[in-house]
Amino acid sequence: MRDFVDITEIDRNIIEHLFEMSDMIINRHMHIRKNNILDGKNIILAFFEPSTRTRLSFEIAVKRLGADALTVVGEEAVSLSKGESFGDTLRMFDILGDLLVLRHKYDGAAKYAAEMVKIPVINAGDGKNQHPTQAIIDLYTVYKRLGQIDGLNYAVVGDLRYARTAHSFLLALTHFEPKNVYLVSPPQLKPSESLIAELRERGLQFYLSENLEEVIDMVDVIYVTRIQKERFPDPEEYEKVKGSYRLTYEMIKNRKDIIVLHPLPRVDELDTRIDNTQAAAYFDQVRNAVPVRMSVVAWSAGVEL
Amino acid sequence: MSKKELKVSRIKNGTVIDHIPAGRAMEVLRILKITGKEGFMVLIAMNVYSKKLKGKKDIIKIEGKFLSDKETAAISLVAPTATINIIKDGEVKEKKGVKAPTLVEGILKCPNPVCVSRIERENISSKFIKVSENPLTYKCVYCGTRIEESDIPKYLNM
Ligand SMILES: [Zn+2]
Repeated sequence: MRDFVDITEIDRNIIEHLFEMSDMIINRHMHIRKNNILDGKNIILAFFEPSTRTRLSFEIAVKRLGADALTVVGEEAVSLSKGESFGDTLRMFDILGDLLVLRHKYDGAAKYAAEMVKIPVINAGDGKNQHPTQAIIDLYTVYKRLGQIDGLNYAVVGDLRYARTAHSFLLALTHFEPKNVYLVSPPQLKPSESLIAELRERGLQFYLSENLEEVIDMVDVIYVTRIQKERFPDPEEYEKVKGSYRLTYEMIKNRKDIIVLHPLPRVDELDTRIDNTQAAAYFDQVRNAVPVRMSVVAWSAGVEL
Repeated sequence: MSKKELKVSRIKNGTVIDHIPAGRAMEVLRILKITGKEGFMVLIAMNVYSKKLKGKKDIIKIEGKFLSDKETAAISLVAPTATINIIKDGEVKEKKGVKAPTLVEGILKCPNPVCVSRIERENISSKFIKVSENPLTYKCVYCGTRIEESDIPKYLNM
């Protein structure tokens, strides 16, 4: 039984093992029928912060593995902890469940939970910090599409300060050997000093940029994230910058070899005309979510497929 | 400093904190919660030439005070070069350097206001690991936020 909370602690060999497990799940169609791999296990899905996509795919993954999904969401989870400390709520999960999948608005909540409880903890997103299962889905999608992760050029675009998906993707890349990684964001949403130091220490070859057009011809993979209006104190400032981080059909139409990732939901940073091109890999990410999360849950629970 | 002056500034029982980087004596006093109103003798020397540091240093001598482990750990964060001399009956009983610990618990406050360690009612003890010796840098175990040497005094939570 193992925690899955911090992508920096999930080594390359584990990631590749998860890829193999996901391949196996897909080849055996295990993700579209019920299996009895985790029969009789109670898996608690505690979503202290609302999330439809992540919760849905975890619920399906857990059920496909044959376990019971006990979901606590949003308001319910909040009132559950009304007057009760987060620590006590975790202790209760520890007694009642066999595995905990946790989404929380505070950075580091999953790591704290993993310290508190004996059952394995899977981080389903902690504040602006990390979303490690999404990172595995993203890398798996690249691997399936392009056959490799090493040696490619990447652009990660948008909100690099607050988007946990971008953080996890970048940290996950440090386990591999990408060629160059371009971090493209408006100055207000540049990666934090802490993240830059971390990436540098981990030997990632990266460059900061404020202009998507400037780097687009140099990359094989574009990872687009949403820029939220609320991040800008001045709405005019937002209107000014948002266009520069929008990926349009024209920008990629002559690129046969490029793929576009997006953790979704999107607003207008990603042109819908890209949807029907070869480049669009974001629906693959959605498709890969269940098999990959099945792999992570099984791995965490300590079972082989 | 002449020999005579040195004699005046000797303490009988207490602690001498030597080789404090110049300008950080006040930070050390803040850690020790010494304001001068406590009544015991405190001698502070600032910007004294140090052969060992090849430059200036600060020195603090406190009569009647011995440091707790937590205080020593906190001093190591703001004054990594410091040496601590324990004086008993006018003699140096023990002399030790400080070493910034690999893991620091409950001493630094995470700068990230939405870090899980900052939820007040949870009483979670902060945890930082050392990621660099020079400049001294710590990283929050929970959220990854880093504190560099120059910012450490700002986030000391004593
Ligand atoms: Zn923190």
